[in-house]
Amino acid sequence: MSKPSLKSVGPVAVPSLPTSIAQVGTITKYELLNYFRSRRFFVLLIIGIVISAIFTAVVGYYGITYLNLTSALGFYSFWWGNSITLVVILSGIFFGGDAISGEFQNKTGYFLVGNPLRRSSIYIGKWIAALTASLIIFAIYAAIAVGNGIYYFGTSIPYQFGDSLVFSVLYLVAVLGFTFFFSSLFKSSSMSILVTAILFLFAFSLIELIVSRLAQIEPWFIITYGAGIIGNVLMDPYPLTQSTRGPGGREVSTFAVSIPQGIAILVGYFVITAVIGLLLFERKEFT
Amino acid sequence: MSVPSIEAVNLSKRYGSFSALSNLNLKIEGSKCVGFLGPNGAGKTTTLKLFTDMIRATEGKALINGVSVHENKKKALAPVGSLIESPEIYPALTPREALSMVAEIRGMPRSERKRKIEKVVAEVKMEEWLDKKVGKFSKGMKQRINISAALLSEPEILLLDEPSTGLDPRGMSEVREIVKSLKQKNRLIFMSSHLLNEVSDICDEVAMIDHGKLLVYDKLSNVVSRFSGADGGAIIIDVGLSREIDDQTVSGTISSFPGVVSAEKLEGKNLRLHFSGGIENQEKLLSDLVMMKIGLISFHPSSSALEDTYLNLIKATL
Ligand SMILES: Nc1ncnc2c1ncn2[C@@H]1O[C@H](COP(=O)(O)OP(=O)(O)OP(=O)(O)O)[C@@H](O)[C@H]1O
Ligand SMILES: [Mg+2]
Repeated sequence: MSKPSLKSVGPVAVPSLPTSIAQVGTITKYELLNYFRSRRFFVLLIIGIVISAIFTAVVGYYGITYLNLTSALGFYSFWWGNSITLVVILSGIFFGGDAISGEFQNKTGYFLVGNPLRRSSIYIGKWIAALTASLIIFAIYAAIAVGNGIYYFGTSIPYQFGDSLVFSVLYLVAVLGFTFFFSSLFKSSSMSILVTAILFLFAFSLIELIVSRLAQIEPWFIITYGAGIIGNVLMDPYPLTQSTRGPGGREVSTFAVSIPQGIAILVGYFVITAVIGLLLFERKEFT
Repeated sequence: MSVPSIEAVNLSKRYGSFSALSNLNLKIEGSKCVGFLGPNGAGKTTTLKLFTDMIRATEGKALINGVSVHENKKKALAPVGSLIESPEIYPALTPREALSMVAEIRGMPRSERKRKIEKVVAEVKMEEWLDKKVGKFSKGMKQRINISAALLSEPEILLLDEPSTGLDPRGMSEVREIVKSLKQKNRLIFMSSHLLNEVSDICDEVAMIDHGKLLVYDKLSNVVSRFSGADGGAIIIDVGLSREIDDQTVSGTISSFPGVVSAEKLEGKNLRLHFSGGIENQEKLLSDLVMMKIGLISFHPSSSALEDTYLNLIKATL
């Protein structure tokens, strides 16, 4: 794999091709290079830093007592629990929103696709690059939150924050899986970014609300419901699904996703969308 | 040693009820340059896309060196360099980076990459731009880089879709020189083009297609004499000589060979013959000219002959 051997085929010596895994690595490498050169990565990085700055300023200005952040867990719940899903969703929109559709609209896909590599290598390579770029921003965002946490509450970081961190990464994986799949449904870059943004910023939460409040059905099929574990795990005690008697004696349930359930939803979303996305891209025509 | 080959077996592509390519059967084998001609919308790009698995065939197969492109893309395309429909390169990358990506994907040994990239970029005269971002390039400059990407791995088969689109006149002539030099290195080149003089200059064979159907695939000279002369329209044959020839021989002997409509002396030592015989007469004409020992060094039906043929053939199917 590392050193392609020369074997003579026909009149020209054709070096044997790298493995598909090595080709995925190549795609990832150049995709990342492209990210770091392009504005998108830095815009998102700045957004992440701005959100962090706002939190830092708010906590610094009002102080933890005024904000009623009496424990380290409460602090992380306030900071991380309220904001990380937005950072994850923005990563999904920025890096996944037009990941595949852009290759068609800008015709950049045509440069690669005629080469001897599997389509899936392109898809997976691009996905890993998007995940890597997102994780860099994610790590910076987490570092600023933890830095503040240590400043106010010392180095004993509650284990629940570790759990929440892991769930956030899982959510990021699922969101990117979904946005990649979604972007392979479109051939227009701006269209797929727009639709992805609407879905994650409004539509999913709205459906979740309608389904759970009005229809009184647990919205286990909505990705954002699964992502509830990121905030829930930072709450003490962990919230549970509750039924109360509403006005008129009607029973009203408030649903809270449990950890195993949340993990299942996120993993399920990732696996299903990854498989469908790959199949779609395999079958897509570069007309 | 195996010879390079590309083969279409019953290859068809439909978009809904519209047939972009129907039952193409074509086998091209050996080292040569084949020009792929046809009017706009004839199905040339469609064919080339089927050969690179960019689109899926509705029926039939595209084979490269006997390997199905769709079923085993990686293996089939390993010996192929292609340029189809002017792709774009990530604007934030430089040609060096974009070409390195191709080199890595194709498994070019690290030690050769730098040298080979610089070599192909020099071939398309873009050395000065090697480390500038592609985003700022003009259309023709991008096309030059695309050509260098197709050549980079020194593929034994080249599939080119109108490689000179967007190039300036010098660029077009450079592309011709590149293709000619590739022919000497035993490559199979399958190239679509609207530039008939380009095709008649560099190609040994032509395939013509219209409305998704192959009209003819044969040696350039055969196609020209079969479909141009036979139709009554005279074709032009340019004859190159190594020494002066006197007027009498031209207006007497040469003009009276069967099929020769007229013969004129051009500047230098060239002759231009208007010819309307069939393929046999053309063969005889050539051997007669050789027998005359007038210093014959070249003999080719000129571009306008191909144009003539083209117009005849395409008209016939409308
Ligand atoms: N995605 C598509 N949907 C429907 N029809 C298509 C599609 N792509 C191509 N076609 C049709 O297929 C036919 C062949 O197109 P193709 O691009 O192969 O022509 P071409 O010979 O390359 O023409 P040109 O010389 O203009 O490049 C055209 O009539 C075109 O309209
Ligand atoms: Mg075309």
